[in-house]
Amino acid sequence: MNAALEPTPANTAPFDVEAIRADFPILHQEINGKPLAYLDNAASSQHPRVVIDSMSNYYERDHANVHRGVHTLSQRATDAFEAARENVRRFINARSTKEIIFVRGTTEAINLVAASFARPGIKPGDEILISWLEHHANIVPWQLLAEQTGAVLKVIPITPEGEVDFSAFEQLIGPRTRLLALAHVSNALGTIVPVEQFIAVARKHGVPVLLDGAQAIPHSRIDVQALGCDFYCFSGHKLCGPTGIGVLYGREAILDAMPPWQGGGDMILSVSFKGTTYNQLPWKFEAGTPDIAGVIGLGTAIQYLESIGMDRIAAYEHTLLEYATARLTTIPGLRIIGTAPRKAAVVSFALEGIHPHDIGTILDVEGVAIRTGHHCAMPVMEFYGVPATARASFAFYNTRAEVDRLTDALVKARDYLT
Amino acid sequence: MDLKDLYRDVIVDHNRKPRNFGPMLSPDAHADGHNPLCGDRLTIYVSLDGDTVKEAKFEGSGCAISVASASLLTEAVKGKSVAEVDKLYGEVHELLTRRDTVAAPGLGKLAALSGVHEFPARVKCASLCWHTLNAALHPPQAAVLAPTSTE
Repeated sequence: MNAALEPTPANTAPFDVEAIRADFPILHQEINGKPLAYLDNAASSQHPRVVIDSMSNYYERDHANVHRGVHTLSQRATDAFEAARENVRRFINARSTKEIIFVRGTTEAINLVAASFARPGIKPGDEILISWLEHHANIVPWQLLAEQTGAVLKVIPITPEGEVDFSAFEQLIGPRTRLLALAHVSNALGTIVPVEQFIAVARKHGVPVLLDGAQAIPHSRIDVQALGCDFYCFSGHKLCGPTGIGVLYGREAILDAMPPWQGGGDMILSVSFKGTTYNQLPWKFEAGTPDIAGVIGLGTAIQYLESIGMDRIAAYEHTLLEYATARLTTIPGLRIIGTAPRKAAVVSFALEGIHPHDIGTILDVEGVAIRTGHHCAMPVMEFYGVPATARASFAFYNTRAEVDRLTDALVKARDYLT
Repeated sequence: MDLKDLYRDVIVDHNRKPRNFGPMLSPDAHADGHNPLCGDRLTIYVSLDGDTVKEAKFEGSGCAISVASASLLTEAVKGKSVAEVDKLYGEVHELLTRRDTVAAPGLGKLAALSGVHEFPARVKCASLCWHTLNAALHPPQAAVLAPTSTE
């Protein structure tokens, strides 16, 4: 059972990456005869044994439906499910578990806010403000909303370094702005957006703020109260948790005022043909049988990360980023795309004369897994005038030796194709 | 898996120096191809003499496999009848997906693509130009002319 709920005391031991790697079964394999160097963590991170075990233990011993049975298994499943919600609350420092809605992922969280928060009451000409950095998941839901309601999508430009242009933002926010929806960290470039500054301005204008935290939450300590955002969205699978589960944090007063999103079981207190009474928060937004094992896996992943410590993770990853940036810039013809002064451990790059797709294949033969393509951020690619980039993204279980292997494989790619 | 199987000398050479690269002013047939996965885009132009391909050209951008495959295509189809091109299209498709284990004898330099099947993620890179050529020579009748896509 997943009942160990107490916050883990701060870990002050030296960062032992080899011990951490031993926790991740998938890392210990060969790809094409070479040890796997998994550098595609911004797409999806890997799972420590405790996460995998928590889910299989649940299936082997505790599975039943949640919130509806008096029998022992249903009670165990419900306890584990709601315990994981408390883990999430503590992890992001929300005031209450009522503010933690389980969804399929960041994409579903944003779509929920678009449908249930933004859409009711929006008028033609009202504005949704996003930035040029956004992942498609924080663009397309707003485009759909705009098409359906006559609202207008406004886009804050970015600088050549890949930062969101703050002075342009101050010009764009105004009396018609209904929501500011921003990436906390850019998935394509790694830019850490100084969202606190943007939120302060939005507050002055009375504009609510949604943060897409999918790429921020694996790399740093998130405190939604300190940030002061109204919504924070993230996915389990970028956080050493399973796919198919994610979280929408919303301020309780706002969630309370929102109509339910999907209707069905679990989100109701009583149903009759005369009328239906909706359930309380958070269940009002969780129609249908949820991904119980996914929630339990996510709760365990959070405990695992807390046992290492998010501050230590952030510090270690920062040293990896600095090392990778220094190593990669030694390769002739390599251009790093996205050079903001504050970045998460993501390096997007182009290699002169070689298409990213070829880089991806050559690196894979060397056992080095990176992402190549548009990273679901085609406007960012358009901004830099490239069809795609190659992107190495690091987690706390990556090593300097893996950065060296990335560098060597890129030199090999260059020798091969130019 | 050996990189040499994919990036054979012929492929590397045609990527570095693509043949018949550039626009054609008044083509008898042309079509656009797009692979959204990797952003590859190309246009194939064909000039015809009756039923025979007089010249084929291409332009666009893409990975080494996509550029080399298009370059090889423009050489391979020159002087062939549309029916012969259709046959070649089938043979290249077989080669890339390896339904046939031996390269057809008429493939010539195109046999350099025979290593692609070992890299399933790259088959679409090599086949994009062929699908695009097929769309140029056999445009869908009275249909909306969307770009050919291998995704």
